[in-house]
Amino acid sequence: MGVAVLKDRTAIVGIGQTPFARHLPESEKTLACRAILAALDDAGIAPAEVDAFASYTMEETDEVEVAKAIGAGDVTFFSKVGYGGGGSCATIGHLAAAVATGQATVGVAWRSRKRGSGPRPWTNTSAQLATPGQWTRPFGLLRPADEIGMLARRYMYEYGATRDHLFNVALACRNRANQNPDAIMYERPLTREMYMTSRWISEPLCLFDNCLETDGALACVIVSAARARDCRRRPVYVHAAAQGLPAQHHGMVNYWTDDPLSGPAWTAARHLWKQADFGPADVDVAQIYDAFTPLVPLSLEGYGFCGRGEGGAFTEGGALETGGRLPINTGGGGLSEAYVHGFNLITEGVKQLRGDSTAQVPGASTCLVTAGEGVPTSAVLLRT
Amino acid sequence: MLTPVIDEDGAPFWEYAARGELRVQTCGACDEPRFPPRPCCPYCQSFDSTWRRVSGRGRIWSFVVPHPPLLPDYAAQAPYNAVLVELSDSPRIRLAGNVVAAPDAPLDSVDPARLRIGAPVKVVFAEIDGITVPRWLLERG
Repeated sequence: MGVAVLKDRTAIVGIGQTPFARHLPESEKTLACRAILAALDDAGIAPAEVDAFASYTMEETDEVEVAKAIGAGDVTFFSKVGYGGGGSCATIGHLAAAVATGQATVGVAWRSRKRGSGPRPWTNTSAQLATPGQWTRPFGLLRPADEIGMLARRYMYEYGATRDHLFNVALACRNRANQNPDAIMYERPLTREMYMTSRWISEPLCLFDNCLETDGALACVIVSAARARDCRRRPVYVHAAAQGLPAQHHGMVNYWTDDPLSGPAWTAARHLWKQADFGPADVDVAQIYDAFTPLVPLSLEGYGFCGRGEGGAFTEGGALETGGRLPINTGGGGLSEAYVHGFNLITEGVKQLRGDSTAQVPGASTCLVTAGEGVPTSAVLLRT
Repeated sequence: MLTPVIDEDGAPFWEYAARGELRVQTCGACDEPRFPPRPCCPYCQSFDSTWRRVSGRGRIWSFVVPHPPLLPDYAAQAPYNAVLVELSDSPRIRLAGNVVAAPDAPLDSVDPARLRIGAPVKVVFAEIDGITVPRWLLERG
């Protein structure tokens, strides 16, 4: 089998979501079921036909609960990808592989979170991992913002990236959220002055460099390309999928490799482009994991949209805005639509290729979606 | 403060720290240092290791200045600094820590404006909540 065995063999035929809010009254399990049933309804596929599930860690609702609640049939494939937000796109990759190889016929991937109203993971002082937590947490590197802020400062020092570059990322996401009635930051514009005078979270990262804390759930349905032609909605094909865990990588605190600024995106990207019929210059729109603004320039470099060290400069001149060189996060992303561990980036990619995004890129036919850079990651290329 | 949750691989680091020694796990076969500690050498796969004493001098590779919301003990000292120090003896080894004015001084005892990437530092040790942790003093450089 060649590396391109998955190419366009499967398609996303259904997407679903709940409202996004700081506080939703229903449980994560209930929200998961609502999103999954909405996605199946979107696809026109009965719940009893679902025979595959994929999720990623920090998901509290497991496939046993979901399957019995929605009335799934016999399930013959299930997987859970590690490392939190790095696993979002891998769920699509795993289901595409399962369906393409005949292990299942209808796959559902989902994410449900109550991050807005639930406890913040970093406040759990008892559950710190022995490795590498013993080397960082006692010294007050407590939150993801502290861990990524360390890499961000080094990145700014080495390559001359500036806070204006990070602002460009935050602004592009906010501008798209201002067009998206489902986004938490709909009708809440951001200005450079607001950004530059906002409170620090972990210098060099300020409030607007951080994603939202959100309740909500989303889901996708995947079937074979042949089956997709008979579904209710225009198929969005899974063109390529990849995961990336680089040599000597350490997760969020990737401080101990020879080159900490060359992270998992580079590894995933090499495999992704090897499978694809097109390259970075042919990507019409990108959904780039944005838990923190500096992850975007790092990802732009990793996925080959610009050279090493050029990610900051790439954001200049409206490049990330609608009509720019590479419109990103057209639903508002984790920074301004909702932070649901990146799953909204997948559904937004599907909306773009269906032609029904609230910030539609005219004629978009290719979309890159990425998962969390900074942890073992994943990515998919979607196409019409 | 959070005390380190020490695992079997990391225990020698903390035992040496308690004696005021900064030591780094080093392969017993190919002599390459590695961090964080682990059972075998990623370069030659040997399970033999030693703990080599290092000079305790290094340079700031990067730093952050956390502000609340933070866990209460840390919020009480915020904004403070957290640094990564690249060891002079082993540039690949970068230790997280805090730059302080004196070994037992609080985490906010040095003005963050005095910190810069590349600034030379040297290790000191402080006993915090019953465990000895390395800390860093700015050196003239």
